Amino acid sequence: MNSLNVPKFSDLVRPDRVHRALYTDPMLFELEMDRLFGRAWLVLGHESQVKAPGDFFTTRMARQPVLVTRDDGGAIRVLVNRCPHRGAVVCTEERGHTPHFQCGYHGWTFACDGALKHVPMANAYPEDPRGLGLKLAPVPRVAVYRGFIFGSLASTGPELLDFLGYMRTSFDDMIDRAPDGEIEVAGGVFKHAYDGNWKLMLENHNDTYHPAHVHASSIYAAKEQPDDTPTTGAGEIAVRQMRQNGVPPDVWDGLGLWTAAYGHSLMGDYHDDKRLVAALKDPTFAQYRSALERRHGAKRTDEILGVARFNTVVYPNCTFMSQFRQLRILHPVAVDRTVVYTYSFRLKGAPPQMFRDTVAFANVVNGTGSPVLTDDLELYARVQQGLLTQANDWVYLGRGFGGDVPDRDKTSRGSLGTSEIHIRNQFAAWAQYMAQAQ
Amino acid sequence: MATAPDLREIEQFLHLEARLLDENRYDEWLDLYTDTATYWVPLERGQKDPYETSSLIFDDRKLMEARVRQFHHPRRHAQTPASRTCHMLGHIEPLDGDSGDAIRVRSNFILVEFRADRQFIYGGACEHRLVRAGAGYKIAAKRIDLINSEGVLDGISILL
Repeated sequence: MNSLNVPKFSDLVRPDRVHRALYTDPMLFELEMDRLFGRAWLVLGHESQVKAPGDFFTTRMARQPVLVTRDDGGAIRVLVNRCPHRGAVVCTEERGHTPHFQCGYHGWTFACDGALKHVPMANAYPEDPRGLGLKLAPVPRVAVYRGFIFGSLASTGPELLDFLGYMRTSFDDMIDRAPDGEIEVAGGVFKHAYDGNWKLMLENHNDTYHPAHVHASSIYAAKEQPDDTPTTGAGEIAVRQMRQNGVPPDVWDGLGLWTAAYGHSLMGDYHDDKRLVAALKDPTFAQYRSALERRHGAKRTDEILGVARFNTVVYPNCTFMSQFRQLRILHPVAVDRTVVYTYSFRLKGAPPQMFRDTVAFANVVNGTGSPVLTDDLELYARVQQGLLTQANDWVYLGRGFGGDVPDRDKTSRGSLGTSEIHIRNQFAAWAQYMAQAQ
Repeated sequence: MATAPDLREIEQFLHLEARLLDENRYDEWLDLYTDTATYWVPLERGQKDPYETSSLIFDDRKLMEARVRQFHHPRRHAQTPASRTCHMLGHIEPLDGDSGDAIRVRSNFILVEFRADRQFIYGGACEHRLVRAGAGYKIAAKRIDLINSEGVLDGISILL
């Protein structure tokens, strides 16, 4: 598209619609990497991925490769994965354990806190490179909230807790559900991609207007499936979840949908499937509940299990399902290409079968071959293609517009569960980030 | 009484499965599987089981039937238009130590998928567990290890 004719940011984002350039313009995408992904707190992972000194994993912030390590002193470090010498990516492994990192090009070697330890043939330098401040550069800001690791590429900005606001209670929900009070990443990482802008996934995850249509075929397939077909248990979970997408419109409209500052949102009260959520008759769940009660007593257990949330969106790079122990981190690749990593979590102290159910749930909700997810990815691509048309410059976000009301803890609530309040809120945050030059 | 597996018969059976998939004859494809079959595309190389680690696809009979039914729905968006595929099988070999009544068969494959002006190539190894059913075989389990299962993948809306 013609980037030169793009209007000012304030003209691109209106209260109930946005300009299609926000999804299609490569120059705006570059600016987003700088002004939005270059500033916001980004979810990077969980401390269970770096349990011991020397443990590490690699990821990206915006498009920059970074290395998350636990150093010899036990501190979590987030380092730019780029040799200060000639620029090569230093660590090419996805995860592992190492006493140090060595660049493949000239053998410069770094400690797990990023310090330059060794330079081969160092005598040819006019002064020792270790005295020049050369190192694997730390990311400007790093913070951990209850085990979740966040980084920001900006040296100033809101504190993490201010940034998260009420959304921190969704992280609390995820962790509080563990009978031992701890969770860990487990069960493998799905990595899927789609031909569409990064925003499309964030808009979709709290979009309760779409399932009846995007997922019509999997809803149909699951509803028609006889209950007595043989199952290992995994197919049972999948069929139940696919059916859940087929609840009637009044259920979707009745859901709670809340937004908060910085573009975040969360969906409440979604699930009513007794196996997937909370049923005393289910033996695994009864065992789990007992484990929680042993630690917390019945009253607190009721409170913990009473929190009913589906997706929480932490703008701009993460969505997660606290109740179902799923977390996705998105990596924008280009204006029309996005990669998503999805993780499952194990609740420590919960019955082993519960994690098996989590794995089966992950397969159907986040799996690369999921009958559900694949239809979402197809629709993202269709939106991306459709927005290349020049006949209509506007994306209309008017569902529930005018009905957003202030609610608890500085949130706003949509007038109905299928409101597009969460998308309007994302773009309000987008406009704020993008309007600030430096 | 067990008899040594007939390689030609096994090859023909696997070719039949591939052809049914390439011709989008999913109901007939499903009929090749036993009532307690599993169809498994692991996420990780060397993955030990489908229960403790996620899978790109792990279907038991229940989910296989639902997945096949989904192909028939007019709003299976990720299959609109439907994919065209070409399976190429090779290196088909029964594994040692099996009787003729229940055998494991290893093969390699290349699969080309064309859909909506894009072409995808998958490659990897398969292991079929076949059981005798009348004069022929049925598939009790199929495991498909993609060489890039741990890499970034676009959505998989076909059967491999």
